[in-house]
Amino acid sequence: MKRSTLSVLVATVLLAGLPSTSGAATEIQFWHAMTAVLGERVNEMAAKFNASQSDYVVKAVNKGSYPEALNAAIAAYRAKQPPHVVQVFEVGTQTMLSSGAVYPVYQLMKDNAVAIDWNDLIGPVKSYYSTGGNLYSMAFNSSTPILYYNKDHFKKAGLPDKAPTTWDEVEGMAKKLKAAGVKCPFGSAWPSWVLVENMHAYHDQPFADHSNGFDGLATSLKINGPFGVKMMELLARGAKEGWFTYGGRLNKGEALMTAGECGIFTTSSAYIGNLTRASEGKFTWATGFLPRLAGFPQGNSIIGGATLWVMKGAKPEEYKGVAQFFKYVASTENQAWWAGVTGYLPLTNAAAKALEASGHYAKNPNQKTAVNQMNTGKATPNSQGIRLGNFNSVRDAIEEQMENIFSGSKTPKQGLDDAVAKGNEILKEFAALYK
Amino acid sequence: MKRTVFRNRWLPWALVAPQLAVTIAFFFWPAFDSLRLSLYRASPFGDRLIFIGAGNFERLLADPAYFRSVATSFVFSFFVTLVGLSVALLLASLANAKIRGLAVYRTLLLWPYGIAPAVAGVIWLFVFHPSFGVLPYLLSFVTAYQFNWFLKGWVALALIIVAAIWKQFGYNLAFYLAGLQAIPGSVLEAASVDGAGPIRRFFAITFPLLSPVTFFLFTLNMTFAFFDTFGLVHAVTQGGPGDATSILVYRAWKDGFDGLQLGYSAAQSVILMVLVIALTAVQFRYAEKKVTY
Repeated sequence: MKRSTLSVLVATVLLAGLPSTSGAATEIQFWHAMTAVLGERVNEMAAKFNASQSDYVVKAVNKGSYPEALNAAIAAYRAKQPPHVVQVFEVGTQTMLSSGAVYPVYQLMKDNAVAIDWNDLIGPVKSYYSTGGNLYSMAFNSSTPILYYNKDHFKKAGLPDKAPTTWDEVEGMAKKLKAAGVKCPFGSAWPSWVLVENMHAYHDQPFADHSNGFDGLATSLKINGPFGVKMMELLARGAKEGWFTYGGRLNKGEALMTAGECGIFTTSSAYIGNLTRASEGKFTWATGFLPRLAGFPQGNSIIGGATLWVMKGAKPEEYKGVAQFFKYVASTENQAWWAGVTGYLPLTNAAAKALEASGHYAKNPNQKTAVNQMNTGKATPNSQGIRLGNFNSVRDAIEEQMENIFSGSKTPKQGLDDAVAKGNEILKEFAALYK
Repeated sequence: MKRTVFRNRWLPWALVAPQLAVTIAFFFWPAFDSLRLSLYRASPFGDRLIFIGAGNFERLLADPAYFRSVATSFVFSFFVTLVGLSVALLLASLANAKIRGLAVYRTLLLWPYGIAPAVAGVIWLFVFHPSFGVLPYLLSFVTAYQFNWFLKGWVALALIIVAAIWKQFGYNLAFYLAGLQAIPGSVLEAASVDGAGPIRRFFAITFPLLSPVTFFLFTLNMTFAFFDTFGLVHAVTQGGPGDATSILVYRAWKDGFDGLQLGYSAAQSVILMVLVIALTAVQFRYAEKKVTY
């Protein structure tokens, strides 16, 4: 075990132990899905909050992956032993909203007379997690996809040290990278999130009906339109010609970039931390905005990550502690620290300013790419986010068909049509549950 | 067969009670709960439970992808069982010979069984990773064919079949070894004297005498292939590419735990349960007749 981990652990144990001896501290269960470095940071955040006051003790508990944490919370809720706070990934948003098992965060803060300036939250985060202008879950870790490129491979291929800005450029550069012997000229992680969901929002294209599910339960996907087909045609061509390397579902593709095999790569901005660590002394890289497809309007990229949901069924004094904890989470001091050490977006404008003022971005320009990309984008109904019931299954149906498209066993149009048919069936099933 | 007679009427019940309790709590109760849940459209948090009768089953049976999954499961279990047992029997015969260092060979051969399916999956993932795996690298010197199982369905399916066989190999081997050692040497010697060669001896004596073991392993391996391989698929292919490795048990898990469609998932496990009960019944009805105890 590393020394830093150990010290955090010791601190957590000590801090958790201290107040209980006084017998007055109220315990707050916080279930999360952050592992490795990110898990250490969450523990550190909880330890700092616990040290800052003596009335409440936040117990941060890792419950595995995002789906596992959600399942654990569901099982606990059904057994009438829910945690106070659970971290749920963005695709679980509609499931949580419909569940009837949550205590909306805006209500919690109002009931406990804790003021947070919600207007200071950055736009994309606020729009994704608000309903009727009210925040239902506490923004926690948000990221957006950006583009990474391996400078060493670019040099080898005789390319200028500059990120491609359009998909045409990606194709041209990737072909040169391939010719120069790069094994993975272009690659991507999170196939559905980056290449379908974000690409639609980024080009102001609808992903699903009812404004991507924000005006009511979505029942049909819109990803098989001209834009979606064109995007898939490009990638299918890349896979066939060998300048696009498919690296697997979820974030599995990141292994390729981490190993230094990719020339151009698209994935979450929160990947910066891992890449920094993995590339040290091995290769150099830089970041850029997501590429644009010519002939389609400007939208904005959307966020991924997770928020903190408060579960129903706890005592008022415990909720008071949750409100205090959230106040601490949203504080400029905590946000600036969190964004600085993780690569997630600072959730408030004040925190972004603080990071700028401290010279953090001047030292780590790659961490500013995501912020800049979101600030230069255009907020439209198509770029506020995507809110679907059973979104995890829908995403799975899309990634399944993307694989069929990339392998050439289905045409882009056929694959997308099939993804839409399967996705719609899943959406209708969810709508039938909550009609 | 010798029958043991208990004088006390309650003692036998008391002796089997713990096992009965475990079976009821962990097998019958969940199975009946699945049966019940399969008739409902259920929300993740349990606040909505809408009775839809056979709705979940209708949805499944109207989905060609589900039938593909059934076919994949059968192909998968067929190869895992057939190839797995053949290889295990072959190597058990070899490991049964009188050679130097036999204990070491046997230990090494039994080793893989001690590994959890998910861990086995991760090992295979690293060995076979299309971009940085050892095997694809070595293969690239031999052939220009790209064994990229991220995109080639049949390669992915072959990969998890081989991984499952490897995983289950030690178990099969242990039973075959024990079976082989129970065959009296005098019978084989008598056959030798009568002029039967090693192959003739194997098919005329060894194989028939091993039939109870084979039958037992056959049933067990098929159950393993249908139920226990979820961790392997989850770690290596996640059902992909497309739905090439989406076997029934993985689909049921994915729709239930990842997708939170509980009723739909329960219906899938009910179908899976019925399938395996049917298969086992068929085996006991027909295959067992050919078994000599």
